[in-house]
Amino acid sequence: MSLEQIMFTLFAVMIMVFSILTIASRRILRAATFLLFVLLSTAGLYFWLNYEFLAGVQVALYAGGIVVLIIFSILLTHHINHRFDKPALGNLIAGIGVAVLGSALAISTLLSFDFGTKATEAIPVDVNAIGKQLVSTEHNGYALPFEVISILLLAALIGAIVVARKEDVTETESK
Amino acid sequence: MKFSIYDFSSFTQSIHELLTGVMSPTWVFITELAIVGLIFLLFYAVLGLFLVYLERRVCAFIQNRLGPNRVGPQGIFQTIADLIKLLFKELFVVKNADKFLFNLAPFVVIIASLMAIGALPYAKGLQALDFNIGLFYIIAVTSLGVVGILLAGWSSNSKYSLLGAMRSGAQIISYELSVGLSLLAIIIFAGSMQLSVIVESQANGWWIFKGHIPAFIAFVIFLIAATAETNRGPFDLAEAESELTAGFHTEYTGIRFAFFFLAEYMNMFLAAALATTVFLGGWMPLHFGNFETFNRIMDFVPPIVWFFGKTFVVIYIIMLFKWTFPRLRIDQLLTLEWKYLLPINLVNIVLIAFLVLMGWHF
Repeated sequence: MSLEQIMFTLFAVMIMVFSILTIASRRILRAATFLLFVLLSTAGLYFWLNYEFLAGVQVALYAGGIVVLIIFSILLTHHINHRFDKPALGNLIAGIGVAVLGSALAISTLLSFDFGTKATEAIPVDVNAIGKQLVSTEHNGYALPFEVISILLLAALIGAIVVARKEDVTETESK
Repeated sequence: MKFSIYDFSSFTQSIHELLTGVMSPTWVFITELAIVGLIFLLFYAVLGLFLVYLERRVCAFIQNRLGPNRVGPQGIFQTIADLIKLLFKELFVVKNADKFLFNLAPFVVIIASLMAIGALPYAKGLQALDFNIGLFYIIAVTSLGVVGILLAGWSSNSKYSLLGAMRSGAQIISYELSVGLSLLAIIIFAGSMQLSVIVESQANGWWIFKGHIPAFIAFVIFLIAATAETNRGPFDLAEAESELTAGFHTEYTGIRFAFFFLAEYMNMFLAAALATTVFLGGWMPLHFGNFETFNRIMDFVPPIVWFFGKTFVVIYIIMLFKWTFPRLRIDQLLTLEWKYLLPINLVNIVLIAFLVLMGWHF
């Protein structure tokens, strides 16, 4: 087995094992930690593919951003001794059945699809090119989605501030 | 084997060729990985111990004391003795603590800082990872450290730890923004995120000189935000001794505690080294316009000396912060970030973008 295959297998096994642990763990913070490992292994896969930008985004956004947010909310709401109840047998069987069916469908689709893989050298991805593509208005440019997402995020930010803001003191007094 | 203190690339290249002659490419890759990993682990431990010693001496100097001065010449082996003591201490786990996460947390913290340290350019050709997203990579992996702190605080099953972790988390997440934005200023100037390119772009002058006042503002903001992000004084309310005993690592003993301690000091080194690389020219020597003789003399000093010299100057400044300013309250801390640093930073970036667009920088 070549080094590439060994590394791919390693990352793949890590992703699978930690994914299963994420849903099987009965302590919520452990589940969040395993989710972090899943996301980091995925980032490792991107690094191994020489796609550093996507790997960096994966680490910064998912591992450093979303998982931290999840852990923070767990810290605020859950006690350390809290455990989830064991799922009922019926639910367990139904869940496993759905998972097996879904993965069978996904695997059969992936295996029958011709990806047209070729053993070529990896093309280095230039950050300047990514940046220009992101604001380009030409064909294959991402200016419109970029702007739409910006507005969405701005709206979410303002919404968060409005929700978190304390009521005006004079306003409450007049009521 | 060619070895030059001014350019390490021929030296590393000759090691690579030597290994290629002996074994297959796969084993060359694995061996090089092991060598580089070993060097970085040693570097990490030795430098961390030295920084702890340095902090104690600087602190003593500022407080008009002597500091550690008995173990070895000038007390230089004091921290090594401390480390040996810590190694022999009992590893204690609190009742009802989540053992798995409790054991995992110190490793998350230390791995995050070790990953970032691997990407720094120490001298010409002396850089383990040179991604074209270098700066972004460092920002991304350092943001993992906060996960370790939060896990440590929660899994300890202690109120002090939990409160310390919450404060620390809120602080790190807020100040990460300012760190990122102030580094973005120099990314705009240099036109690249690759650390080696950023250093090369400062061959004719450091960005703090070339970038006019906006670069200096970015540098000051970076110093403040990086000090806060490493949880150091005057922003050390996460482990305010008088109210929270020791914050998130209250319940840790022995070598696990040492891991947190070491990671904290190495994060300070990382912040100083980043400031050096991005604002102060990295391993580039100091040059003044047309003073040929002066420039030649400066060129004679090896790059690695320049890098560590500048880094230790910045480290000294950060240490001065800790021992001269009083600790901030949590509301003051968050006000400083969200109401002052962030708006100044955003305006600064627009200003810099305008400067670069007009081509007004040198």
